[in-house]
Amino acid sequence: MSAIVDFLGPQGWQAVLLSLKVSFWAVLCSLPFAIAIAHVLARRVFPGKQLLNGLVHLPLILPPVVTGYLLLLAFGRTAPIGAWLEQSFGLVLAFRWTGAVLAAAVMGFPLMVRAIRLSIEAVDPKLEQAASTLGASRWRVFTSITLPLTLPGILAGGVLGFAKAVGEFGATITFVSNIPGQTQTLPSAIYAFLQVPGGEVQAIRLVTLSIVLALGALFLSEVLARRIAKRVGQA
Amino acid sequence: MSLRVDLQHRFDGFELDAKFEAPKGVTALFGPSGSGKTTVVNALAGLMTPQSGSVVLEDEVLFNAQQGLNIAPHKRAFGYVFQDARLFPHMSVAANLDYGRRMRGHAKERTLWSHTIEMLGIERLLDRYPTALSGGEKQRVAIGRALLSGPKMLLLDEPLAALDADRRDEILPTLERLRDEAQMPILYVSHSVSEVARLATTIVAMKSGRVLHTGPAAEVFADPQSADAIGPQMMGALLKARAVQHHEDGLTELSAAGGTLWLPQISAQIGAEFRVRVRAQDIMLSLKQPQDISALNVLAGQIVAIKAHGGAGALVQLNCGGCSVLAQITQRSAKAMNLAVGQTVYAVLKSVSVAHGDIGAATTGAHK
Repeated sequence: MSAIVDFLGPQGWQAVLLSLKVSFWAVLCSLPFAIAIAHVLARRVFPGKQLLNGLVHLPLILPPVVTGYLLLLAFGRTAPIGAWLEQSFGLVLAFRWTGAVLAAAVMGFPLMVRAIRLSIEAVDPKLEQAASTLGASRWRVFTSITLPLTLPGILAGGVLGFAKAVGEFGATITFVSNIPGQTQTLPSAIYAFLQVPGGEVQAIRLVTLSIVLALGALFLSEVLARRIAKRVGQA
Repeated sequence: MSLRVDLQHRFDGFELDAKFEAPKGVTALFGPSGSGKTTVVNALAGLMTPQSGSVVLEDEVLFNAQQGLNIAPHKRAFGYVFQDARLFPHMSVAANLDYGRRMRGHAKERTLWSHTIEMLGIERLLDRYPTALSGGEKQRVAIGRALLSGPKMLLLDEPLAALDADRRDEILPTLERLRDEAQMPILYVSHSVSEVARLATTIVAMKSGRVLHTGPAAEVFADPQSADAIGPQMMGALLKARAVQHHEDGLTELSAAGGTLWLPQISAQIGAEFRVRVRAQDIMLSLKQPQDISALNVLAGQIVAIKAHGGAGALVQLNCGGCSVLAQITQRSAKAMNLAVGQTVYAVLKSVSVAHGDIGAATTGAHK
């Protein structure tokens, strides 16, 4: 462990830890919303569905800087939502690691929704009908049939969201800046090292770690997906 | 316990207008593909909402378009067996079977559980997953799952249609047993004449979204008026018979309301009840008690009705000791024999098929 800390340097190590923390919370907090929105998009027909779909995809097509700036306009300490959050819950987002979580969650959200929506659409509605004739209410149909059968997709969405969160740069740096030890995530740290003369070595080391992290996450998700698929009976 | 159905729905280029009643026993919703049978069943289960009409199970109104009443599917106590089984792939067979009970919050009944599993012959499948089951096994489990959900009525939508002939013959006796043991009414959707003939106590014949004919199976089979609705394959007689004695020459003596029947040895206990089906085209008529012929099975009866049918044919309905028997002969023969309503004639049964079980309480005169 200490070898890794020595290898990355204290600042780099801090950035890695922060990135993992931010990404973990970003995925955990946005997953329930992503599942809910994906379910609505996959199964319901209602006016304004395309609008909702467009809104969800907005962070994917907007320049990340624009998304970050919009977050600042809405969640800054003097902005309407930001002020309300601070007064009601004492929760400050702007220029804090919590803000980095929000930025990462927003940026990863479309990817998660897409993956989960696809796997919900792959669940045969006839199974859900059968469950309802056996006495399951809508909610229990969802929890006992749809959700377990969607698990591989949820996992894939989670991994995608996590990877996106670890790599998020534009929106994060705009919304919460690049404060070492507080809001400096892995990509922000790489960027910072590249700005100072002689920082390339550090940057390369962080880049290497990024690659290892990404491959590790991918490998882990493959293993889990295979296991779940076996349980779900699709293998 | 009975189900009263009155449904109307207009689709693009198809109009459904179905009104019938399903009493205890097996009500066969019979008709060619595309006649709206599955739509009716889906409407009963609440999976589709018809534009008008009503569904009443015993005293409970499940759907009434006029009053805007529409009970959600999960609150309707139907056990629905789909044509394609629809087992949950992420659950073991045991979990599939237990699903309805868990969702409805019923207490686990050990005897019902073990009895159902034994009846369906699925003991050794309990730990398996649906992907490891054959088509016939899947359908058995699906029937068990519906039964164990504690339904007030079973809806079987062509449960055998996706199976090959061997699997079908394997499951049919189970369905017969289900009919004779289950206390609840069963709605059985099928386009197969042989299945309906074996299982049905009541027939609802549908075509192009409409109910053409409905009534007790034995009556519908032998009613010349229903010939157009149910088709020539189905017409004939459905008789209730009881095994009396196994004879040394390999024949079993059966006692039917209209007389004695002799059939090649049936592996059944003396006293067991059978449904005997004879197709109208396998019945000859004779003015006198036939002698010196090889046919063993002859029933005496009075002519109730004569109706011309399909060009040269004529359908003659007989009353044989309270049972209706329909014979298909030619108009030329009818004329030559001078057949008239009220006359006594002898029906010679050339070929007889038997199936286990009662034909139900709905038969003419033969019941109780």
